[in-house]
Amino acid sequence: MTPILALSQTAINFTYLVAAVLLIVGIRRLSSPPTARSGNWIAAVGMGIAIFFTFLDEDITSYWLIVVGMAVGTVIGVVSARLVKMTAMPQMVALFNGVGGGAAALIAAAEFHRIAPAAGHLSGDSVGAMLFSALIGSISFSGSLVAFGKLQEVLPGRPITYAGQQVVNALLFAALLGLGVLAGSTEQGIWMVLLLLGALLFGVLLVLPIGGADMPVVISLLNAFTGLAAASAGFVLENTALIIGGTLVGASGTLLTVLMGRAMNRSIANVLFGAFGAAPAGGAAAAASTDGKSYREVTADDTAVMLAYAQRVVVVPGYGLAVAQAQHAVRELAGLLEARGVDVKYAIHPVAGRMPGHMNVLLAEAQVPYPQLYDMDDINPEFPRTDVALVIGANDVTNPAARDNPESPLYGMPILNVDQAANVVILKRSMSPGFAGIDNDLFYGANSAMLFGDAKSSVEKLVAAVKAA
Amino acid sequence: MTMTLLNSITVFVLAVFIGIEIISKVPTMLHTPLMSGTNAIHGIVLVGAMLIAGSADSDLEKALAFVAVVFATINVVGGFLVTDRMLEMFKRKPSKPDSE
Repeated sequence: MTPILALSQTAINFTYLVAAVLLIVGIRRLSSPPTARSGNWIAAVGMGIAIFFTFLDEDITSYWLIVVGMAVGTVIGVVSARLVKMTAMPQMVALFNGVGGGAAALIAAAEFHRIAPAAGHLSGDSVGAMLFSALIGSISFSGSLVAFGKLQEVLPGRPITYAGQQVVNALLFAALLGLGVLAGSTEQGIWMVLLLLGALLFGVLLVLPIGGADMPVVISLLNAFTGLAAASAGFVLENTALIIGGTLVGASGTLLTVLMGRAMNRSIANVLFGAFGAAPAGGAAAAASTDGKSYREVTADDTAVMLAYAQRVVVVPGYGLAVAQAQHAVRELAGLLEARGVDVKYAIHPVAGRMPGHMNVLLAEAQVPYPQLYDMDDINPEFPRTDVALVIGANDVTNPAARDNPESPLYGMPILNVDQAANVVILKRSMSPGFAGIDNDLFYGANSAMLFGDAKSSVEKLVAAVKAA
Repeated sequence: MTMTLLNSITVFVLAVFIGIEIISKVPTMLHTPLMSGTNAIHGIVLVGAMLIAGSADSDLEKALAFVAVVFATINVVGGFLVTDRMLEMFKRKPSKPDSE
């Protein structure tokens, strides 16, 4: 088949320039709340332009592979993006990121296969980029799949560690570099295949030891990886659109990863290699001390009375609220309390839930008014004046050990000072530890009480009881 | 080093600076949608997959390129749609009286 209408390289590169400007404007608008949604669509239009004009590239002589592939991809993309529940968004992003990385690795492999049979044809300029794209793309692919598995709870969320883990990872990475050199110098396909397989294994081993609570940071990092893999595929194909698009994501993604880490007071190295939340060396001792501590259980009726006659109530939402889809019930409860003259505020920890901003999204869905949502720094001074802190499915972000106990793996993470409230009621399914796998001292405080059950049904009971109070 | 490579490196370096500059002041609540949005943008790798798929000769190359096109399209389409769904939640609605 001959090209429908072949445009010159110059003309196509001009459309790439237009696309690049739209992508940049789009990302810029995405970073401010009032313009974010339009920013996403501006970026999508930029992407559409780049894709449309690539069809007119004179190098493309056969269309059916592209058209069928895009049709299949579009169906999968639309269906999965439409059907996914809001609570499962983080793992969906991980999957979309993974396939992007996989695509970059496959491009590198296909280019290698095309050029390599004629030995000596690999130019020194592009071979490095080709190998980098294969390496980073594969790591991002398998790493994202493991992140997906952990968030979907197909794989255990706790860090999976073993002795000498970091030595094994370091050796494997050195071996990958060796394979890269062999593939580049000998131009034998077998080394490329081994490089791809080794990189897939490395991605798995890299993410397995990281605890589920750190997955957002990991996904953000892998997102930056995929960006760089796409950019290096751009070097291989000498394509400006790929270089600009990929690099923008690589750079902004790296910064975003650092910002996320900072919100949790952790460095990226600490996230990657700290095996955060692994059973501490004194695990047995910690378990024994848990047995000695006692907690108080409270009924929904008692809690409702406490709430109804309080002056200031702070709701602390967490992942449990997201899982139970309790946001609408919570808003109803808050409405009832406000009608009785109670001052209700929401305390939003930067990393409550599975991703930063997760709670904002859920509460916005339930039409909780914005002015009632308070950031950690704004709400913390309020806790000593709060009558009841209602902790709904939040755990690690309220653990006072992060503030007081230098031995705790959480130590140093900024927390909500929930324990300073006059009364703390914790809505929770059981006494099991949170996502980080660490026991929470808050539950054993003298001013704390546990209200066991699914967050949604507990809040609904509270709503009924407050109405009756 | 060829002139083409040098041009590519120039574009790369400038894009690094722009990428860092444009998101330096992002509020925490937008971290997730921003990550998801940039996630869709690296789906630009679809352009590369198209170029490979459209000029592939051998069967192996075609197979690799086909999977690459499918993967990259999922990345682009799913990425933008999921980001839009997230941002839809942030839409400012007139706050109704709280008691229903």
